[in-house]
Amino acid sequence: MSEILKNIEEKFSEYFRESHSKLGEDTVLIKKEGILDVMVYLKNKENFNVLMDLTCVDYYGEEERFEVVYHLYNLKDKKRLRVKVRVDEENPEVESLCSLWRNANWFEREVWDMFGVRFKNHPNLKRILMYDEFEGHPLRKDYPIRKRQPRVGPLN
Amino acid sequence: MGVKKIVTGVFGEEGFITTKLDSAVGWARKYSLFVYPFVTACCGMEYMSVACSHYDLDRFGAALPRFSPRQADLLLVVGTISHKIAPVLLRVYEQMTEPKWVVAFGTCTCTGGFYDNYATVQGIDTILPVDVYIPGCPPRPETVLDGIMKLQEKIQKSKQEY
Ligand code: SF4
Repeated sequence: MSEILKNIEEKFSEYFRESHSKLGEDTVLIKKEGILDVMVYLKNKENFNVLMDLTCVDYYGEEERFEVVYHLYNLKDKKRLRVKVRVDEENPEVESLCSLWRNANWFEREVWDMFGVRFKNHPNLKRILMYDEFEGHPLRKDYPIRKRQPRVGPLN
Repeated sequence: MGVKKIVTGVFGEEGFITTKLDSAVGWARKYSLFVYPFVTACCGMEYMSVACSHYDLDRFGAALPRFSPRQADLLLVVGTISHKIAPVLLRVYEQMTEPKWVVAFGTCTCTGGFYDNYATVQGIDTILPVDVYIPGCPPRPETVLDGIMKLQEKIQKSKQEY
């Protein structure tokens, strides 16, 4: 196991859930309550200064339905790290990372738009790709595949 | 419209002078298409190659893109039209003055193409009238030229208003 995963497991044992490093990629799954603490640590102490990507996966049917995935990059040591948290369907909410990385703003808006996962303390959580009148979240697995919501013209 | 009324009044609806004048106006119109390129996606590359010197849209009198709908009479819809931008496209069409024509450039504009999903308009003919459909993803420049020539034929043959 790589050093960074060990560090996280030791420092944040109350938030740590599991980790693996396959094919040279370090991945850690933590509890969603700890996301801000862990990220502050990773950014300030471990030099993961770039938030490369923030996205979401819908594991429809599983108990904790959504998985929010963060990809971090350490510019100094050229290392990558994947951090994941799981949220359930009733209360899909995680802490926003806008205070740490400014690009989290649009990423989080996209995740909200497509999956309906809310981000607490986000300064401007509204749709970014779809139009405001759009109902539902199209990348959820239970969004009907043929459902259309045109703004002008007929349903097609 | 006024001129047409006088001409048909004097020479009759199907008279020699009237039909010849119609044909002359049609000839003038088909060789002076002013294009409004509504370019949204990858088909735009093909539009560029058609418009540039290799294929040279200017040979058909349709070289000059006008980026104001008021000055254009041919709306070239090039690329995927999402539901988000559909009202804008409709607005552009409505702002163009008569006579005006619409060409659906590429499979996306004809039918929605493989974007059979929540985001994409399944063919722009669901929101505005289309004169010529140019299929292909993207269409080759030759196909586009063929489409433009078909449009010219259509303009030549249709009854003119003036
Ligand atoms: S028809 Fe093909 S090339 Fe043209 S916009 Fe659609 S996907 Fe792109």
